[in-house]
Amino acid sequence: MTVLAVSDLNVHFTTGAGELHALRDVSFDVSENRVVGVVGESGCGKSTLINAILNLLADNGRISSGSIEFSGQELTGLSRRQMRELRGPGIATVFQDPMGALNPVLPIGRQMRNIQYRSGQAKSEKDMRSLEALKRVRLPDPEAVLARYPHEFSGGMKQRIAIAMAVMMEPDLLIADEPTTALDATLEVAMIELLKDLQRQIGCSVLFISHHLGVVAELCDDVVVMYAGEVVERGSTREVFKNPGHPYSLKLLECDPARQTARRRDLPTIPGELPDLNHRPTGCIFAPRCPHRGKECADAPPDRQLDESHIVRCIRAGAV
Amino acid sequence: MNPILEVRDLAVTFRTGSMLNRSDILAVAGVSFAVHPGETFALVGESGSGKTTLARAANGLQEISNGSVRFDGYRIDGMPARERKPLRRDMSMMFQDPVGSLSPRMRVGDLVAEPFRIHGLGAGSIREETVRLLSLVGLSAEFVHRYPHQLSGGQARRVGVARAIALSPKLIIADEPTAGLDVSVQGEVLNLLNDLRERLKLAIIIITHNLHVVRHVADQVAVMYLGRFVEIGPTGKIFSAPAHPYTASLLSANPEPDPDKPRNRISLSAEVPSLLARPSGCEFHTRCPWVGGKCGSQPPDLRQQDDRRFSCHYPLAPGAQAPVKEVSHG
Repeated sequence: MTVLAVSDLNVHFTTGAGELHALRDVSFDVSENRVVGVVGESGCGKSTLINAILNLLADNGRISSGSIEFSGQELTGLSRRQMRELRGPGIATVFQDPMGALNPVLPIGRQMRNIQYRSGQAKSEKDMRSLEALKRVRLPDPEAVLARYPHEFSGGMKQRIAIAMAVMMEPDLLIADEPTTALDATLEVAMIELLKDLQRQIGCSVLFISHHLGVVAELCDDVVVMYAGEVVERGSTREVFKNPGHPYSLKLLECDPARQTARRRDLPTIPGELPDLNHRPTGCIFAPRCPHRGKECADAPPDRQLDESHIVRCIRAGAV
Repeated sequence: MNPILEVRDLAVTFRTGSMLNRSDILAVAGVSFAVHPGETFALVGESGSGKTTLARAANGLQEISNGSVRFDGYRIDGMPARERKPLRRDMSMMFQDPVGSLSPRMRVGDLVAEPFRIHGLGAGSIREETVRLLSLVGLSAEFVHRYPHQLSGGQARRVGVARAIALSPKLIIADEPTAGLDVSVQGEVLNLLNDLRERLKLAIIIITHNLHVVRHVADQVAVMYLGRFVEIGPTGKIFSAPAHPYTASLLSANPEPDPDKPRNRISLSAEVPSLLARPSGCEFHTRCPWVGGKCGSQPPDLRQQDDRRFSCHYPLAPGAQAPVKEVSHG
């Protein structure tokens, strides 16, 4: 079963410098019980993508074409109120900055109670449920946590609280936007383990946004590689990491110092700059920086299917 | 060769609490190290382990409560600001937040020229010098007119590098120079620093929690835990055979972009202890998978073995595996 199906999604922003084509023909699926990672560098459209899914695009942004289906229901065109109905038990989100996600002037318990406004339960029942959620994310002394304020917790603990709040309603889809970026290596690993466990317990699907390839390799079943607002490659994590079919994915993996086994002082980079999305080139978006570009790259490249689930937007897919 | 920076028994104490209920936090608890010209020295450890405080103290930005800091032969701790100013030219700092460390009301050109103005240098040629520095960090001359909010994270970071190298310092302290940067930009910034290190015989202290970066760029690495060095020595040796269990667990906690890689992860128990309630004995014993008889009562000394130092009663043999134990997920 497909929980989330994004197809041919295009997003535009109206800016002072003209129309900015932020997402172009983005397609991918999140199947039931799968953890799907979205990777790519800053400015590649990862955040625009989740904002489009959650109906949170800025006022100057709009979905110009394409569809987003969540459990069979079309999300584009939903009103904010209809979208709100879906949040919680349908789709829950964990954002990058845990401090920004929590209200600094309310104790944790109050905030956790507030987000259960639809349950119609008594206060004590809501608090029981909050406690359960805090236990689930393995916070020590959950009763005390309820009475405390966000500033009394470390970054790692705040992120756990944010996750507890997100999973409290046992959502079908959990969207996590770079939840480990602000954390140290040891805490990051603990967070990966926690997300894996929660995903199994709840049986939800996860859309995990990250620019950390190592974290994605550990956590995700499938991966979607984005560059300048396009999905250049998608497939199972193993396929994409072992046999990258797009020159950009290959470069991105090469750049990670973790992939360099021999110690080298000179680290690999991707020469060139991101294209100007106000004047998006019609052909292959990566061509200006691609070492394998040819004449045929001046036309928009097709989505080539390398195997059942492995799809690459490159005319020479798999041949580079 | 004489070290450019020599730190001995350095301690930093912060006072907290109210007038009646005062307590001292020992943020850095007696560390010693030396950095030589042309060398890259890495400081690693979790947030709150004292890395940034140590860097600020080494740079004279933070008052110290014990020990000494020598820079280029001069003792700089306790030195009046006026006397220290000429030395400041030779040591610069790259702060953690690339955009936040640039004044939002100054243009890039003025930001890069600021070090010259402060030190009253190069009056006539500041503009040319600014453009030269920008090109050195890979930014074109048109950037002089931009404001910080018009820069990407990578560009702001490069402006930070241009400011840091403006006066041809002998030492750069870089606090998380690649945090929040994409892998390809991260490579560019590190390559730039490395290139300058070679050409200018620059010494670099790099603070990071990205151990993959440390492995590639650092000559020496010091691992901090609760304000102390638990292990310090040549990067290659420490990465191939960590002696301290904390080093070993940090190394094993390093996510690698290979879905098939076997993960022999050493999981640490419990939360990080508070600096206000330091554990007895070895301060790592509350989380150590190898904890032994005397760990809870006797603090281990920092002992020397060949060219590295570590503080552990039961140092690990190369390739040691964590003891298997029942893990409860209560």
